[in-house]
Amino acid sequence: MSWFKRLRGEPQPSSRDTAKQRLQLVLVHDRNQISPGMIELIKDEIIAVISKHIEIDTAGVQVSFTHGERENKLVADIPLADGWRTRK
Amino acid sequence: MPARVITITSGKGGVGKTTTTANVAVALALLGKRVVCLDADIGLRNLDVVLGLENRIVYDVVDVIEGRCKLRQAMIKDKRLSELYLLPASQKRDKSAVKPDDLVKICLDLRPDHDFVLIDSAAGIEEGFRTAIAPADEVIIVTNPEVSAVRDADRIVGLVEAAEKGPAKLIVNRLKPELVQRGDALDTSDVLDILAIELIGIVPEDELVLISTNRGTPAALDDKSRAGMSFRNIARRLTGEDVPFESFREEANVFGRFAKFLRGDGRTS
Repeated sequence: MSWFKRLRGEPQPSSRDTAKQRLQLVLVHDRNQISPGMIELIKDEIIAVISKHIEIDTAGVQVSFTHGERENKLVADIPLADGWRTRK
Repeated sequence: MPARVITITSGKGGVGKTTTTANVAVALALLGKRVVCLDADIGLRNLDVVLGLENRIVYDVVDVIEGRCKLRQAMIKDKRLSELYLLPASQKRDKSAVKPDDLVKICLDLRPDHDFVLIDSAAGIEEGFRTAIAPADEVIIVTNPEVSAVRDADRIVGLVEAAEKGPAKLIVNRLKPELVQRGDALDTSDVLDILAIELIGIVPEDELVLISTNRGTPAALDDKSRAGMSFRNIARRLTGEDVPFESFREEANVFGRFAKFLRGDGRTS
């Protein structure tokens, strides 16, 4: 089956790339000792706090780790709600 | 010059710590270095069989610690190399029989008369690992290019740093160049991206390692073994020589290259 797919040239991520991506993701959590579920909790609380003061696009909020060599950052990307810039 | 004490560890079991310890020790002795390898995997003794010295053990490291013999009485001289010694683990006792300070003291006694003391650590991150790194000047982490081994190695990198024994150096063991070229295995560069520590060796998968272990004559003694060559290169790097890293590109077989050409998708960049 996979031979057939390959012969037809259908793109398929290599298992090498998949392994690397999965490792990078799991290690972010390992290194910070924070589970994926905890990230969701942090995200919900950030939304709750900011929403008190500013109208934000809650569906677009993203909280994630970025990793450098051996240093990681927690990054929150919080889009403002539509119409925020068009002061009524 | 007093000996450098190097602990070889991995986190995950079965990645080739003992084989690596035995082969690097043999390779260092081939370079004329005075080497002691110390089996710190108490209760699961194996460095003796890999080196082919199992029939000559009278005393072990626990006997030394508990005063039943002198340090020199427990050290087994290698059959082939006059400057290689093994200090075996106890097979009857468990990890608690050896404390970190015990190993520090033994290494203190070994340092003046040798160039290298290689310590084969127990797997895991608990007592056995902590005891094994206590006397270390340097730590080498052995991993395989696969997700569980690399994940555990990452944990060890952090623990070695926390114990102020870092930065550890890395050996990628059992690399399969054919699988890497096909895009079906992590390459050394992937492992290095993730672990971000200094590489000291890449050892390819080689069935001669199993065969040589069957016989109790480490592959580093075999000129025909490509893994043996890699172990000898590691020894040379440890002595400060600048030895380029093996690429193994040409090792991948003709069929593999043909299959890649057929796919023509460049997945294996």
